[in-house]
Amino acid sequence: MSTQVTKVSPASLASAPHSGPGPIERILNSLPWWALPATVVTVLGLFGLYSVWTAFLTGGINQSGSYLSPFYSPTIWKTGPVSPALWVLGSPLLFRATCYYYRKAYYRSFFWDPPSCAVGELRHRKYRGETAFPLFLNNLHRFLFYLVLIVTGFLWYDVYLAFWAPNGHVQLGLGTGIMLVNVILLSGYTFGCHSWRHLVGGGLDCYSRSQLGQARYRAWRWVTVLNQRHPVWAWCSMFSVVIADVYIHLLRAGILIDPHIIF
Amino acid sequence: MAVVDQPAPSAEAPVENVLTASGLTGETLTLRVLKGVPGGEQAEVAYQVPVVSGMVILDAVHYVQHNLDTDLACRWNCKAAKCGSCSAEVNGHPVLMCKTRVDDLPAGPVTVHPLKSFPLIKDLVTDVSRNYEVNRQIPPFTAAPDDGTPWRIPQQDIDRLYEFRKCIECFLCQDVCHILRSHDYSDRFYGPRFFVRVASLEMHPKDVLDRRDQTRDQGGLGYCNITKCCTEVCPEHIHITDNAIIPLKERVADVHWDPVRFVGRKLFGRNGD
Repeated sequence: MSTQVTKVSPASLASAPHSGPGPIERILNSLPWWALPATVVTVLGLFGLYSVWTAFLTGGINQSGSYLSPFYSPTIWKTGPVSPALWVLGSPLLFRATCYYYRKAYYRSFFWDPPSCAVGELRHRKYRGETAFPLFLNNLHRFLFYLVLIVTGFLWYDVYLAFWAPNGHVQLGLGTGIMLVNVILLSGYTFGCHSWRHLVGGGLDCYSRSQLGQARYRAWRWVTVLNQRHPVWAWCSMFSVVIADVYIHLLRAGILIDPHIIF
Repeated sequence: MAVVDQPAPSAEAPVENVLTASGLTGETLTLRVLKGVPGGEQAEVAYQVPVVSGMVILDAVHYVQHNLDTDLACRWNCKAAKCGSCSAEVNGHPVLMCKTRVDDLPAGPVTVHPLKSFPLIKDLVTDVSRNYEVNRQIPPFTAAPDDGTPWRIPQQDIDRLYEFRKCIECFLCQDVCHILRSHDYSDRFYGPRFFVRVASLEMHPKDVLDRRDQTRDQGGLGYCNITKCCTEVCPEHIHITDNAIIPLKERVADVHWDPVRFVGRKLFGRNGD
């Protein structure tokens, strides 16, 4: 019987490579604890201000040709003293406000509860978490999910309409692409929702003995794939909504001309 | 048994070769360890430790214990990130000392403090027995009395429970959770580690107990505001928030926040699934 012996010298051990954290991770690790909360406050604050501006201060529906801004879809009342966006924005904004990911973001950044991990809290009042009004209303997240499902359906319909030029021909324009990417990102965010993950199959203990257990297990696994990147979907879809809206504003103001092909 | 002495470096050998052969990098680490006992004076003591290639913080603490301060108290066991004993706060972050490499830390002095959320015993050793008291409050695994063995459990029914079994009970998640750390709600809040345990039992296909109300009322699940610090510090990379706490919150919502399921239960007598 032969035995293979691997010789290990102290020198080879000493020079063993260690990759350690990558350059991006090193930069992130070296940032002060307040960098993330400050970024979140800035970005969410700007998004809030932009939403108010585009929904209530720009006058009329933000629509250009067959492109309809996601802030105004579905258009329920086109005329009246109140902006049509008011009837639409409620459910997506509340859906995001009660979203498990955004809860982490604003509890840390706006409420400082805590501002960062292992960092002392600045306010030492009686803590109630999500056991009391109004924060226990976050438990209603699943109902806002149902409403957002309807809105997402309309956004897909808007993309379908965006493929049709006003003269009835099929068109492929930059705006069509922006709206398509936007609705894909919004769908990725919506269908990666933790509540949806629970409803679709996460709430079951025993898939093998449940009605539609196999299908629900498979659905749960698919939703889990989306759910693992929920923060990425959340941020990207938020930016894509703004980009789509800005683009349509620019078309509407005549500053840009939509490059497109008509078939 | 043959004993081989490490050959002494020859006087002619270049300095770099001597350092490489012994693993020494030629650098010195300033280790600031919080020393003290409850009720007594506590202060950071600085030690100068020669850095060895691949050194982890636990190595540095051992160097201090063996060469500079034999009185320094530190709990450790496996040095392989599997026993969960050497939890401490390095540069303010709750970590396992045996898994924290010196060359991964920013240059400069490194502070080592005991876990803040637990009562101090001495130096880096804290009393984590409170966790075991919480653990005793959780009803153990309970199968149906008529569920005979052996069990045949399909893989899909048990898949997601493996992750929870990876917990090594280092209690870093309990330490970093602000509800225990800053608000000291240990009398009304189980903490992340025990929500993981409840989740592993609640989702088990053979467990028949309904733990949702107890987890909400006695366990204080509603206090958790999902800031995910527990997930960030977990050395076993368990997705504590996404896979244990949020699913438990959703299961509680099934009972207390879902009128559709409430009507379904009243009409059909089902559990809402």
